[in-house]
Amino acid sequence: MSQVPVELRYAKTHEWARLLPDGSVEVGITEHAQAALGDLVFVEVPETGRVLAAGEGCAVVESVKAASDVYSPIAGTVIAVNLALAAAPELVNQDCYGRGWMLRLQPASPAALAGLLDAEAYGGQLAATGG
Amino acid sequence: MNQTLEKPIFEYSRPGRGAAAQHPPAPSADAIGRAAIPDALRRREAPLLPEVSELDAVRHFTRLSQLNFSIDTNFYPLGSCTMKYNPKACNQYAMLPQFLGRHPLAPATVGQGFLSCMSELQDMLKEVTGMAAVSLSPMAGAHGEFAGVAMIRAYHRARGDLARDEIIVPAAAHGTNPATATMCGCSVKEIPVDAEGDVDLDALTKAVGPKTAGIMLTNPSTLGVFERKIEAVARIVHGAGGLLYYDGANLNAILGKVRPGDMGFDAIHMNLHKTFSTPHGGGGPGAGAVGVSARLEPFLPVPLVGSDEQGHRWLDETDRPQSIGRLSAFMGNAGVLLRAYIYMRMLGRDGMARVGEFATLNANYLQARLRDAGYELAYPTRRASHEFILTLRREAKEFDVTAMDIAKRLLDFGIHAPTTYFPMLVPECLLIEPTETESRETLDGFVEAMVAILAEARSDPARLKAAPYTMPVRRLDDVRAAKHLELTWKPVQ
Repeated sequence: MSQVPVELRYAKTHEWARLLPDGSVEVGITEHAQAALGDLVFVEVPETGRVLAAGEGCAVVESVKAASDVYSPIAGTVIAVNLALAAAPELVNQDCYGRGWMLRLQPASPAALAGLLDAEAYGGQLAATGG
Repeated sequence: MNQTLEKPIFEYSRPGRGAAAQHPPAPSADAIGRAAIPDALRRREAPLLPEVSELDAVRHFTRLSQLNFSIDTNFYPLGSCTMKYNPKACNQYAMLPQFLGRHPLAPATVGQGFLSCMSELQDMLKEVTGMAAVSLSPMAGAHGEFAGVAMIRAYHRARGDLARDEIIVPAAAHGTNPATATMCGCSVKEIPVDAEGDVDLDALTKAVGPKTAGIMLTNPSTLGVFERKIEAVARIVHGAGGLLYYDGANLNAILGKVRPGDMGFDAIHMNLHKTFSTPHGGGGPGAGAVGVSARLEPFLPVPLVGSDEQGHRWLDETDRPQSIGRLSAFMGNAGVLLRAYIYMRMLGRDGMARVGEFATLNANYLQARLRDAGYELAYPTRRASHEFILTLRREAKEFDVTAMDIAKRLLDFGIHAPTTYFPMLVPECLLIEPTETESRETLDGFVEAMVAILAEARSDPARLKAAPYTMPVRRLDDVRAAKHLELTWKPVQ
């Protein structure tokens, strides 16, 4: 079973969201997602200032197996992106919940995280699909 | 198989060595003058080409060809790629000197034989797909997809319906589908498939609307199963004003049995290098002919082959003012199109149906035998189409043996690896497509290899992790290969 930190919220499509003290939300992909993709060779992050709908493609991850879209778990405006991933996409493999973060959003609504899965529900989804 | 790596031809090079008999005659100073190449553009030094003897060149390329893993030497069950055998007769007739010597700019009056082959090829492809018209000009599958979506867009524009710029693709689609939509200026909406591999109709109903340009589907899907709800899919998409695009990658499974035109598709590309047995080449030359329903016919890429009382002739922009234009110099890869034509003529209508039957029978035979041998099927309740998916998720968890490890180990058994990790929906998957041209004995040999590998996975997983052992190279560092491209033999000074 992959690691699913309890303090985060999750999208069904394997992104995580972390509420930061200033009210912004950090986004990345889960342990399960990085393991399924394998070694990443390229990560494309969005431009800051971009306005995203929930579920909209916001980043692209390319591994030796496949290229996949990363979907924004919530609606909001991109206020920061992890530029380190351009030179070191392997950070997502090594530390997906930490140094492998992808973007920070200013949520469109303060209750944005309420619609996401908690760790238990996401862990249940992984178990049900054999992850 | 030759187990020694072959060094680059540059390393055989010695200054002044060469094969004079193979040199083209040097152009005369007069001829160079007539070509009127500006002085500033003429090179002062000879190009950096390898200088080797004729025998060195022959040995080098012969050795390289012996290192090649090819359908002519080994079983090649590469799912979604339809690596079927290319009958030598197709090659023989396409290589007739009258075909080879024909100049593409020769007047139609002296090319009636070639043109009548292409005219019949258009007609046969129409018949086997159930479409109203066909253009042969796209030069590969993705090129045909581009033509198809460009026609769909042109159709909506011609009706003044300018808002339709969304293309729907199922989650299991080939990567080329969303790429094609993007290339044609559309945005992509992905919809899920259900647990049995069919399109989720509720999600489709929610996804369609006044912005829907169309949907791109493969049937059978990339999950190796027939899309059973295709008529409902067509009703929903047509009802919303969109069109249906058929990705012909998996046409082999239904050849002579079911026709995309009858399922309600408006546009289709056919990979002649898959279904109609022309060589895959190393990325080309291919042929991705497109077929359309009547409403898209005015937009077909030109040139087409038409006929009148004078015989056959090229149809161009004058005949088809609404055409999306030209996608290739002249009309596609003439030699590849000829091979497809000869293949279809050799098969005939009955043979075409046997292709679909035997491709499907071989896949279902392998699926049943591998299931009985202990492999887990991704869609155990479904009959396979021409291909099927195994999932190694259990072996990955229990023995830390992945789909890639099994694929690498198969090479030691003289078998090309199936497609790995596609579609990504299925964890640790192998997509296996035997094709109709393999004998029972070859299929049984593959099963024996897979049984031996599964036993190894359980008893000695470390052995699989380090495979292959008998190839010229072992595991390649694919991360480094993707991140640090080196495309020159050595840096040019």
